[in-house]
Amino acid sequence: MNDQKTVSRRNFLKAGAVLSGGLLISFTIPHANRLLAQDAATSFAPNAFLQIGTDNTITVILSHVEMGQGIWTTLPMIIAEELDADWDKIKVMHSGVDKAYNHTVFGIQITGGSSSTWSEFDRYRNAGATARVMLTQAAAKRMGVTVESCTTKNGYVIAGDKKISYGEVAGDASALPAPQNVALRPPAQWKLIGKGAKRLDASVKTNGQARFGIDTQFPGMLTAVVAHAPVFGGKVKSFDASKAKAVPGVREVVEIPTGVAIIADHFWAASQGRKALQVIWDDGPGINLNTKTQVDAYQKLAHTDGLKAAKKGDVDQGLAKASKVLKAEYVFPYLAHAPMEPMNCTVKLSDRKCEIWTGTQLPGLDQAMAARILGMKPEQVTMNVVFLGGGFGRRATMTADFVSEAVHIAKASGKSVKMIWTREDDMKGGYYRPMFVHRINAGLDAAGMPVAWRHNIAGQSIMAGTPFEPKDGVDSTSVEGIADSPYMESVPNHFVGLHTTKEVVPVLWFRSVGHTHTAYVMETMIDSLAHAAGQDPVAYRRKLLQKSPRHIAALDLATQKAGWDKELPKGRYKGVAVHEAFGSYVAQVAEISIDNGKLRVHKVTCAIDCGLAVNPDGVKAQMESGIIFGITMALYGELTIEKGQVQQSNFYDYRMARMNEAPEIDVYIVDSTGKMGGAGECAVPPTAPAIANAVFAATGKRIYNLPIMNTPLNHIS
Amino acid sequence: MITLKVNDKSYQVDASPDMPLLWVLRDLLGLTGTKFGCGVAQCGACTVHLNGEAVRSCVTKVSRAQGQNIVTIEGLSLNNDHPLQKAWAEFDVPQCGYCQSGQLMSAAVLLRENPNPTDQDIDDAMSGNICRCGTYPRIRQAIHKAAEMQKEGGKS
Repeated sequence: MNDQKTVSRRNFLKAGAVLSGGLLISFTIPHANRLLAQDAATSFAPNAFLQIGTDNTITVILSHVEMGQGIWTTLPMIIAEELDADWDKIKVMHSGVDKAYNHTVFGIQITGGSSSTWSEFDRYRNAGATARVMLTQAAAKRMGVTVESCTTKNGYVIAGDKKISYGEVAGDASALPAPQNVALRPPAQWKLIGKGAKRLDASVKTNGQARFGIDTQFPGMLTAVVAHAPVFGGKVKSFDASKAKAVPGVREVVEIPTGVAIIADHFWAASQGRKALQVIWDDGPGINLNTKTQVDAYQKLAHTDGLKAAKKGDVDQGLAKASKVLKAEYVFPYLAHAPMEPMNCTVKLSDRKCEIWTGTQLPGLDQAMAARILGMKPEQVTMNVVFLGGGFGRRATMTADFVSEAVHIAKASGKSVKMIWTREDDMKGGYYRPMFVHRINAGLDAAGMPVAWRHNIAGQSIMAGTPFEPKDGVDSTSVEGIADSPYMESVPNHFVGLHTTKEVVPVLWFRSVGHTHTAYVMETMIDSLAHAAGQDPVAYRRKLLQKSPRHIAALDLATQKAGWDKELPKGRYKGVAVHEAFGSYVAQVAEISIDNGKLRVHKVTCAIDCGLAVNPDGVKAQMESGIIFGITMALYGELTIEKGQVQQSNFYDYRMARMNEAPEIDVYIVDSTGKMGGAGECAVPPTAPAIANAVFAATGKRIYNLPIMNTPLNHIS
Repeated sequence: MITLKVNDKSYQVDASPDMPLLWVLRDLLGLTGTKFGCGVAQCGACTVHLNGEAVRSCVTKVSRAQGQNIVTIEGLSLNNDHPLQKAWAEFDVPQCGYCQSGQLMSAAVLLRENPNPTDQDIDDAMSGNICRCGTYPRIRQAIHKAAEMQKEGGKS
């Protein structure tokens, strides 16, 4: 990888000015960062990734937010590696909103797309390396030795028997010009990168001290809940707040664009007030929405060719000439992200400024939306981003939905409020993984290999109506994993078409986005084709994936570790899947049993090629996490709509996998020099198809509609 | 006024008797380590100890807790050194961390009642606590480890 590389972005590097003895490394023109200014107890406005205090504390400022994926540890590891920092002295904080923290590739301040590690690898390494050079120069001068005679270790610059701590020379270092050509540590010298470090947030997450958005409290703050329209797209016609206001603790009831907010001394009073509130709703056309009619309509659409997403050869001719044609139709329901921390946002308003506390993946956009609602400039809105109690995409809406709602409540009431959604609000409140239907005609030649593939997809677009809306009408998040699948590449005649539907239901990216359904379709279809060809599913895949060595590397490692060729004990069945998502290649072998119709996943063996694994145990944790998430999706995940209303409301009817359903999980990382990919999402896609392929092995039954719980299972043996 | 004893400290709170203990702890006493996840005793994020038993504070009326001995995550140990807390850190259990207060409070009762839990015991005791990040495999490892530490006298 980036072995002996020198700093490539050195033109953007410059040392920030320093007051009262701290060194700051910044990458763009420094201006106010309120968060750090408070923390440093100086008036210094750094706009930086790193601060070294005179007390030797090293503060790493994160451009990406911690939502479970472990970036609170990984980015500090990268900086500390180059800085030779004392790991025990590292402190971490989320950045405020500033252009300096924009995503190095996506261009806005966002945590998403499984990109935090690879997109910041160079930037954080450079930040650490530049600081180390400047500290060394300052220390050499102080000690009266040459720079060349100095080394660094554990937060000290060392020359012979002399040593001086980073904190002692932080002030001197900050007065030096930023070096123009900084060498980075070669991988052979890495002590942290590729080795690992313990999570820096583990301690505060075991004693109740970790602060999430919902934990925000300050004197004078009130709590709000919102009565939302029960039907998607509905509006308030009229409301009577008299009974709600009679509930002890309720202070105010205000109408906002998304409903009616009840503001009270605490959550309980607000929720009691909401029960007492009487609202007459104008349901609007959403009342006509039903899952069943929606599925019917999507199925009709999928019988025709949609807008071209991928095309090669002549699919009609290919199908006509095929020895055998397999047809399949798949249905995927809406899914709610259901992070454990329900949506919430706290807003403190004063005359000319607004302060916001929330867990968000898109703080810059939230800030801009809040400013627009309030008629303020963005810099008048301070975003305090705290730990996210799960994100999975839900805390990254292009409408800034929950932040906007809280700001509207504060604006309408003039109060400082913490808005809290209940679990039911979250489950019924939209921003779902869209519903999709896929229809496939796949033709095989005499040898059983695919020669023609017609694939049509119908579903809502996540990107429609956002600045990322595709010009050609094909939302890549609807077809990713199919249009760009190496399997599809290997089929000489293929057509992938997309019908983008419009519904009143708000939809959103959901951990692994389009791959949540496309990997399922591809990996169960390929399994069907292998079966039709009378070939082993792994051997069949290997033939089709010849041009993609990283798929094969992951597949080989997972199947070898799982003992694919070995007989399983009686009553156990296995299935396999391999899929690339967000630049990483993941293969999984699921081992299941079916007892009295009850499916149990006993073991998942997983292999990932993500290129360099900066924090290998963190990668493993994300594989475990994604697999459990995938099990929930495969077995239980389903929202249904009747008369415009979601029928599920809480964890009793929108089930989650629990401890007793968690399989043994073995994770292996491919020793890879490939391009770095992400880890947060890529384990989700293969899990459901690996399980479904195991179900096929057990029952001879293909599951075309998720979740699996809707299909009665009885094994054949 | 209702008198509550939380983590060995006495509090007087002005709350209606049917207010759930969860919201008394969080909104009136400022003990925000106990989390709101579902409000209907489905997820376990709000688990606290009431006279040593794990209860779901989101459905426990404060009147039921009056005068009883309440322990929250903030009171599980003095220095974050309960064997479970140590094992949680050792195995890097938390991801987003939101459910972990409840997981730990459930596990603490399991470990006290059953110093040597089997996987089945862990399934039985812990299946009321949802973790959307899927930290279950590590929670299982950490409970086994904490059991060992407790045997070796690591109990705080």
